[in-house]
Amino acid sequence: MEKIQIIAILISFVFLAYIAWLIVKGKLREEYAIVWIACTIVLIIFSVWRAGLDVMAKLIGVYSPPNLVFSGAILAILIYLLHLSVTVSRLQKQNKSLAQEIALLKEKMEKK
Amino acid sequence: MKKVAIIIPCFNEQEALPLVINEIRQLNKIESYEYIPVVINDCSIDNTYEVAKNLQCIVLNLPVNLGIGGAVQTGIKYAFENNFDFALQLDGDGQHPPAEIEKLIHCMTDQNLDVVIGSRFLRRNGFQSSIARRMGINFFKGLIKILTSQTITDATSGFRLLNKKAINIAYEYYPDEYPEPEAIILYIKNHLNVGEVAVNMRERIGGTSSIGTFASLYYMFKVSIAIIFTFIRSNK
Repeated sequence: MEKIQIIAILISFVFLAYIAWLIVKGKLREEYAIVWIACTIVLIIFSVWRAGLDVMAKLIGVYSPPNLVFSGAILAILIYLLHLSVTVSRLQKQNKSLAQEIALLKEKMEKK
Repeated sequence: MKKVAIIIPCFNEQEALPLVINEIRQLNKIESYEYIPVVINDCSIDNTYEVAKNLQCIVLNLPVNLGIGGAVQTGIKYAFENNFDFALQLDGDGQHPPAEIEKLIHCMTDQNLDVVIGSRFLRRNGFQSSIARRMGINFFKGLIKILTSQTITDATSGFRLLNKKAINIAYEYYPDEYPEPEAIILYIKNHLNVGEVAVNMRERIGGTSSIGTFASLYYMFKVSIAIIFTFIRSNK
């Protein structure tokens, strides 16, 4: 095993531990953690299996393996950002309903 | 006696609000309609809340700033929950003269409409807005015409009268940002009869428009997308 592999694996495990800590502390919901755990697992797989990247690149037909890494990473980030936009939209909608409900209830209370 | 909720969304309107409310109060004696002003204070940083309270209005105080759409919907929810017969939207900045409310009510009863929009452009009277603004309004007129084959000359007008049927729909869903043109599509797609009546508008008394120069392009784009998607969504 080469030095860079060990570094990559170590970083991946530290990252995984950090995610676990966030979940334990209640700062990260499990539904969002799934994505991060999946990413870390992919990182660990390719850190251990060094030839894996070349195999995958050849399989898909990408000339230069690093390009596969970038394309894959960018795609994953875009999908996750879209997911976050959906989440923010939902929160905004809920936030609006709550604010309206508060305004209506306060008015009702003051009338009594 | 028919109850009409006069929904007045306010964001920093302490100067214009007393005038608007007093004008509404003077109308009270005229018809068999009872006008009840409902002020929605959308997190104003001036004394809008105190001013409205001193005027003995019903005040709905939003804890966070929701923007015009969210504020109007709060008023509509109030009208729905308190069993009002009509809801009338009126800007808090004095642009919409309360003396014109009667015209909207007459138009609704005469033509059997569910939604009546007060239009500046049906008969070219009163304050006509800037050229750029009018170009935008004509664009929406064209877009609405293509999608619904109805002509709405003043799609951005926030001076509107809704009956119970329309209140029910706006209670369920009302757009957030720049809601006026989008809401028209929403009403028409829900098989409501939407019509217009010519009204005079004035220039605002206090406050600033919610749409600045730089925001207007974004406004056009956002509202066009919203109109098209509202059209597709309710086509199901």
